[in-house]
Amino acid sequence: MKKPVLERPVLLDVQGITRLYGPAKGCEAIDFQLHAGEVLGIVGESGSGKSTLLRVLAGLEAPDAGQVLYRRQTDDAGAEEAELDLYAIGEARRRALLRLEWGLVHQNPRDGLRMGVSAGANIGERLMAQGQRHYGQLRATGQTWMRQVELDPGRIDDAPRTFSGGMQQRLQIARTLVTQPRLVFMDEPTGGLDVSVQARLLDMLRTLVRQLGLSVVLVTHDLAVARLLAHRLMVMRRGQVVETGLTDQILDDPQHEYTQLLVSSVLTP
Amino acid sequence: MHSMTNARPRLTVNGLHKQFLLHGQGGLEIDVMHDLSLTLQAGECLVLAGRSGIGKSTLLKMLYGDYRIDQGRIRLHFDDGDLDLETLPTYAWHGLRRDVIGYVSQFLRVVPRVAAVDVVMEPLLARGADEADSRQRAETLLARLNLPERLWRLPPGTFSGGEQQRVNIARGFIGEHPLLLLDEPTASLDAANRDVVIALIGEAKARGTAMLGIFHDEDVRERVADRLLPLDGNQGGLSNASQPCRESLS
Repeated sequence: MKKPVLERPVLLDVQGITRLYGPAKGCEAIDFQLHAGEVLGIVGESGSGKSTLLRVLAGLEAPDAGQVLYRRQTDDAGAEEAELDLYAIGEARRRALLRLEWGLVHQNPRDGLRMGVSAGANIGERLMAQGQRHYGQLRATGQTWMRQVELDPGRIDDAPRTFSGGMQQRLQIARTLVTQPRLVFMDEPTGGLDVSVQARLLDMLRTLVRQLGLSVVLVTHDLAVARLLAHRLMVMRRGQVVETGLTDQILDDPQHEYTQLLVSSVLTP
Repeated sequence: MHSMTNARPRLTVNGLHKQFLLHGQGGLEIDVMHDLSLTLQAGECLVLAGRSGIGKSTLLKMLYGDYRIDQGRIRLHFDDGDLDLETLPTYAWHGLRRDVIGYVSQFLRVVPRVAAVDVVMEPLLARGADEADSRQRAETLLARLNLPERLWRLPPGTFSGGEQQRVNIARGFIGEHPLLLLDEPTASLDAANRDVVIALIGEAKARGTAMLGIFHDEDVRERVADRLLPLDGNQGGLSNASQPCRESLS
């Protein structure tokens, strides 16, 4: 039997990221690497700095110090540079990157959707930004994606405001993934939903991650969600990373005092 | 396929220790394993024996990356080289679990509201296998394990303990991993289903699967074990297993 190939290229190289609003408010000196195909969960309580870190990683907020390096794969057609420094490239190029190669799923679907235009227009927008103009194709792709996220394609002309919260979240996911981004950031993607809706969304996310081979940075305070979605966890407290490791190991054999407290405080029904 | 004549083991464990430090309990230290060593061949089922609480599950969890390896060495052997698990980077475990190390735990942990058959076929889909083929293999296994067909499309959350365990077993065996860890897979099964699991273990051996298992049922143990590794409770942990293992049970 041959040795398995376990090496994965580094997609995101995060070096010394600091973004502080005040003492221990924000995130400080964060280093990590995200490998292709990995789902990294960032967990911690509110105020731990995990959302600030995600905003910096996702290109929405410049850090006080540090670098976010995006390493494109060598097979990327026309990738003139193998490595991009997220905050050294200009605003226009950063926006293009976020639109063309990355995706962001907000906790509140209203932050990620245009509530006034149809579901189909929401899904088509990123494709149009990539230059697709053929109405029939955009509409067909919209319907395909609605099916993919278990929405009724017959509602393609309805505005998202007529959808339930769970449906809106699925629409936001379709809108984000339609351009097949390499890297997706998710901020508490199941956070605002009823428990019964959460489970279905979790299963859908797992399936999409597998089918599309996505690399994901996921922020959540919910350790059960982290267990089901993330391969690897980073535990944050007061702006700093206190422990990292394989998800099962962090949850079943936590080393740091704070992680032990966090894991032992979870209620199990 | 494999060859039993290959003297090179598939797995070597050397000088493994495990201690839990509980910060919340005033820094309480619990030693659960002390200087454990073993080797495991392809096509062999090694059964861990000893009273409960002695660290048998702990060993399986360390081999699966669930528990951190603090001290000692766990090494997998391949035709083209070795792989040390204690120094394996975190990102590499995912692929290792997908392709090399399988685990049948005592408890089923799955996404709520996912159908039993989908739970079982997931390890194949994770490798990019065809969905229809994977579904068929999952159904074949569930049928063999006598899980009523009406349950296949239901989520296992509401199943009985024995039914959940059979879903878990099907999920564990479907991937035909070369190293399989079995944590009491027959604990809540009736005699007929125990026989099915014993047959599955026999078939896995024939394929060259190396297995490390915990079986409380004496009868099952005698039927599946090629060797026993007795663990004793000296110093609150596992024995020094450099002493030769008692040969099984003939």
